[in-house]
Amino acid sequence: MSDAHAHSVAFVRTEVIPQSPPPAQQTGVMKWLRDNLFSSWANTLLTLVAAWLIYLILSAILPWIFNGVWNADSLTQCREILAGRTGACFAVLTERWNQLLFGYSYPRDLYWRPVLAFAIMLVAIAPVLFFDLPRKLLIVTALFPFIAFYLIWGGPILTPIVALLGCGAGYVVFNRYGKGNFAAGFFGGIATAFVVWGVGGFVVDLVRPETPWMTPVPSRDLGGFMLNMMLGVTCVSLSVPLGIVLALGRQSDMPLIKGICVVFIEFVRGVPLITLLFVASVMLAYFFPPDSTVDLFLRVVIMITMFSSAYIAEVIRGGLAALPKGQFEAADSLGLDYPQAMRLIILPQALKISIPGIVNVAVGLFKDTTLVSVISMFDLIGMIRGPILASTEWNGVYWELLGFASLLFFVVCYGISQYSQWLERRLATDHR
Amino acid sequence: MKKSILFGALAVAGFAAGGAAASTLDDVKARGKLNCGVTTGLVGFAAPDANGEWNGFDVAVCRAVAAAVLGDPTAVEFVPTTGKTRFTALASGEIDMLARNTTWTFSRDIDLKFDFTGVNYYDGQGFMVPKELGVTSAKELDGATVCIQTGTTTELNLADFFRANNMSYEPVPIETNAEAQQQFLAGACDVYTTDASGLAATRATFEDPTAYVIMPEIISKEPLGPLVRHGDSEWGDVVRWTLFALVAAEELGITSANASELAAGTNNPEVNRILGTEGDLGAMMGLPADWALKAIQTQGNYGEIFAKNIGVDTPIGLARGLNAQWTEGGLMYAPPFR
Repeated sequence: MSDAHAHSVAFVRTEVIPQSPPPAQQTGVMKWLRDNLFSSWANTLLTLVAAWLIYLILSAILPWIFNGVWNADSLTQCREILAGRTGACFAVLTERWNQLLFGYSYPRDLYWRPVLAFAIMLVAIAPVLFFDLPRKLLIVTALFPFIAFYLIWGGPILTPIVALLGCGAGYVVFNRYGKGNFAAGFFGGIATAFVVWGVGGFVVDLVRPETPWMTPVPSRDLGGFMLNMMLGVTCVSLSVPLGIVLALGRQSDMPLIKGICVVFIEFVRGVPLITLLFVASVMLAYFFPPDSTVDLFLRVVIMITMFSSAYIAEVIRGGLAALPKGQFEAADSLGLDYPQAMRLIILPQALKISIPGIVNVAVGLFKDTTLVSVISMFDLIGMIRGPILASTEWNGVYWELLGFASLLFFVVCYGISQYSQWLERRLATDHR
Repeated sequence: MKKSILFGALAVAGFAAGGAAASTLDDVKARGKLNCGVTTGLVGFAAPDANGEWNGFDVAVCRAVAAAVLGDPTAVEFVPTTGKTRFTALASGEIDMLARNTTWTFSRDIDLKFDFTGVNYYDGQGFMVPKELGVTSAKELDGATVCIQTGTTTELNLADFFRANNMSYEPVPIETNAEAQQQFLAGACDVYTTDASGLAATRATFEDPTAYVIMPEIISKEPLGPLVRHGDSEWGDVVRWTLFALVAAEELGITSANASELAAGTNNPEVNRILGTEGDLGAMMGLPADWALKAIQTQGNYGEIFAKNIGVDTPIGLARGLNAQWTEGGLMYAPPFR
């Protein structure tokens, strides 16, 4: 049988065919190219056009970057070195990097102070942003505002200590009496803090040393990207809690509180930020006698915080409105009082929904801090537009400086955006 | 309407507060520092260098006043102001004087209640156009797009000039000189107009300055000078005569190099009076006898300041023109020191 079979067919393969690679068109780069770039004649056309555009852009930018001059004393010298070739004049960055980052009048030998404050800031915001980290790190967060103030502004060490003591005393009072009666604890806490600050301020003035360990730096000397970071961090961290309070106030049943919140939000949202900044820098100066004005930095922080807290309040109100009514009723039926219901049931859900909106406002706010340059504060953009471009050496260098500024802002804003996406994934408890 | 009443009330309150304060001269002496308003940056006139030191033509006036009043040209707190914040900063008392290429006009002097204490630079508004436009006179600019800095007198002059010549234009409003430069180079406007000094400074930074021409027409008078608040004449006198001392020093040949030598006494009584070796001009103003000596020693005379910051040997390369001494056909003329 087997013989007959063997003879009745012309060919029998006796060995296994070795495995051969798939056809070139069905694998690797070729397949990817075919599928994604050249799948039809229309796509092929688009690919070619896009490649041509990319080539055009890169052929302009790459020589500009790689021919860049990093060492020169002025724009004229840059142009001499380049001798007609295209090339950037990055020398302005090497010469003025410190002014771009710290402003022109922050003392050079004290740069370590804001840098250290920045490093501590990273540690301080870590436990807030990543809640898997040990909770003990929150102590750093609580102390950070006082440390940062001391590092950046300097002056007698008693000032931040008194500020800290005031906050601590207020918190203790609130903790003690707030359990029984929220209002008593709240206002008692604020009053205690002010008493401590008043007495402490008096003591600080009494024992003010002639030369404190940390050389004092006035607010006017702050500048550069440091100023943007300071304004951004301070205003975001102040405006989120304030925004929550405003959003809850707007939903309140009490007409007075509701009225105040609505008027505040609608007024502030109806006014451009730049107007508020002008009020802060120009109009407020009329109200105070000369030499006893509120610090310009503080005025600007107040204005930007007001502005962004109104926006954040509306974002959070959207989050609250998105919650089904059953959630509120469930909290009531459990017998929770208002603060408990908000803290345990409503806000965690509402805030989770609001994350993209809040991050949106935060990124916008951070970029809006560059507006302070119009009220003659020298933030990063103010430094570029004012002193650097007005110096005889660097007048006319635009792309390099503004490109550097956009790079710095991009890094920060992209970081914020990536964090918020991670946070959304991390908090995704529903299965949509 | 209500708004204007509110602002008016605020302004009145501000001036009342300013008037109630002690005299500015005493304030400055007590503080040990002069608060001087300058621009946020204008090539040659005021800008901080790589070390954060302010330099420039307007800055020199601040430093001269500080040297005269406090004996120390570094005892100045420079308060940078923009075109929009400069007047409120002065009116509210945030600064003692403003030296910020500000044009002396009737309404600023009378209506805004300031005192201009002299002119440190006679400027005039001009036009710059690309050579390829083929325009030779500003009168041919009908229908042009014009880059113009907002909130300045140049904006108003431009409107006047085009209306008087029955021409139309399209303004491209810009905030700073730096922005204007870029817009102009990018072709967003055919014409850039600002003070002639600014045009020269701007053109000097272009990669190819010869491709741009400055029109011969000067369409306005722009006397730039320092100013102080209305109603404190003693302080105004100090600023005014410090400026005059610098101008007179050039006329009389006093320089930063020979001032100390001349202060030992010369045959020229006016030199002696200025430098405080004769008479008591300083004491009349409530200043030390060597007030002008200090100012001239540290900053140089008017001509030196001009040459160092904006003169022909600098990248800006401005000729003296109207700003030469009256003996050389210019307008710089200091009243006699006696």
